Amino acid sequence: MSAPSDVLVVGASAAGLAVTESLRRKGYGGRITLLGEEAGAPYDRPPLSKQVLAGTWEAERAQLRTRDVLDALDAELVLGQRAVALDAAARTVRTESGTELRAEAVVLATGLHARRLPGLSGAAGVHVLRTLDDAGRLREELLKAERVVVVGDGVLGAEIAATARLMGVDVTLAGPQKAPMQAQLGDDIAQLLAGLHGEHGVRLRPGSLVDGLETADGRVTGVRTAGGEVLPADLVVAAVGGVPATDWLTGSGLVLRDGVVCDSRCRAAEDIYAAGDVARFHHEGLGRSLRLENRTNATEQAVLVAANILGEDRPYSPVPYFWTDQLGVKLQVYGLPAPGATVHIAEGAVGQGRFVARYLDGEGRPVAVLGWNMPKQARLHRQHLLDRYAPASRSAPAAAPR
Amino acid sequence: MRITVDEEKCCGAGQCVVIAPEVFDQRDEDGIVVLLDAAPAADQYEGARESAGVCPAAAIHLHEDA
Ligand SMILES: Cc1cc2nc3c(=O)[nH]c(=O)nc-3n(C[C@H](O)[C@H](O)[C@H](O)COP(=O)(O)OP(=O)(O)OC[C@H]3O[C@@H](n4cnc5c(N)ncnc54)[C@H](O)[C@@H]3O)c2cc1C
Ligand code: SF4
Repeated sequence: MSAPSDVLVVGASAAGLAVTESLRRKGYGGRITLLGEEAGAPYDRPPLSKQVLAGTWEAERAQLRTRDVLDALDAELVLGQRAVALDAAARTVRTESGTELRAEAVVLATGLHARRLPGLSGAAGVHVLRTLDDAGRLREELLKAERVVVVGDGVLGAEIAATARLMGVDVTLAGPQKAPMQAQLGDDIAQLLAGLHGEHGVRLRPGSLVDGLETADGRVTGVRTAGGEVLPADLVVAAVGGVPATDWLTGSGLVLRDGVVCDSRCRAAEDIYAAGDVARFHHEGLGRSLRLENRTNATEQAVLVAANILGEDRPYSPVPYFWTDQLGVKLQVYGLPAPGATVHIAEGAVGQGRFVARYLDGEGRPVAVLGWNMPKQARLHRQHLLDRYAPASRSAPAAAPR
Repeated sequence: MRITVDEEKCCGAGQCVVIAPEVFDQRDEDGIVVLLDAAPAADQYEGARESAGVCPAAAIHLHEDA
């Protein structure tokens, strides 16, 4: 198969930029167009809930690449333009200004939009956090806020609560689970995280489903739980997940089901690929479809998509990975902790505030590894997960541990 | 080629160490990147470039003509 003469990448953030860079790194000399809705230079999202929100970094520091590096890519950046339609058969994308862009290969990398719950919108003082603009607005109000309620006890909610607390704000973290990040960490470690938040003075409201706002003069004064309780707040952050940005793909002919549905090659249709938060791919190692919302997935999947565009035929079967920084603790999670997995401390000790935990399934097989302030050691344990995640046909020998 | 790393940006994910173990390592205590070779030999260029590309914190900078 020969390389396409041109490539159009839709979505100019972590995944879209990585596809472009990876194509060039592999020597691709054809034309590349990178189309993105946001007007500014591509930036990174993880710092938005950490350094940018805390104010330790200026917004520019979150930019993914310098101007020089972007220029050297020799790609046409079309920024500040939203794609509104795709004709998959003709590989043509229409933008909101009416321009039609056509290419022999198209990559969909439009990520997520923050989910906005109808019961949790429409009043001043209610925020979401997905973009740099969101972070700027949230920070500005956080500096004046007295009582913040973060709704949503997933990774993002827990991280925002942590950062806001370190800024000295009175913070309540409310969510339906027994402890923050229970779905991502399992019961035991989520309880440890709850303990950490508690020690730092974050008020935890586990088991509370927030379903409405209290307002006065158009401004939020609190949130209401399903149990009828009111938690007072002058600032509310709704961190209730993301929705894959596929609205513009309705009628395109692609299969959309909580993301763009792809095969194990991350191909959604002939010469159309997806990468990053928006892509639902078939994971051959796990034998099921998966959509990952984390930063390393965006680049790793992008690198694979670039290779497949250039004629390789590689399945994408990663060991899922994410990190989060909260209240001075760095968590690294490799693999997917199954709900019933048992946790064993493999290195360090909980009491020392530094450890590596291994999650074992019912048959005693490792399914996940977590590092609590032990990033390097956790990574070294990742190799025990390769058998589970890599399809048998391509489990290459692990590199020598360092 | 000359390489610089931004320790403050590094999130300790270790992708660079997996890709180019001759060039990068991580500190034992906090996982932050350690640059083993700031001016690597030509056979390390590809690994260094890939590391800079996949680093999830955009913490690796390459100065190609230095
Ligand atoms: C606040 C925050 C903190 C995070 N922290 C961590 C962390 O600590 N660790 C971790 O592993 N992950 C973290 N993540 C997740 C990580 O940032 C994402 O997985 C990553 O950004 C995904 O990259 P992407 O390119 O697929 O999508 P996105 O980053 O969402 O980029 C998609 C781009 O496409 C554009 N777009 C959307 N629709 C259109 C359209 N119709 N036309 C044109 N352009 C369009 C968008 O404007 C956007 O710029 C965090 C995310 C957030 C929001
Ligand atoms: S890949 Fe980047 S973030 Fe990860 S250890 Fe290396 S420099 Fe740090």
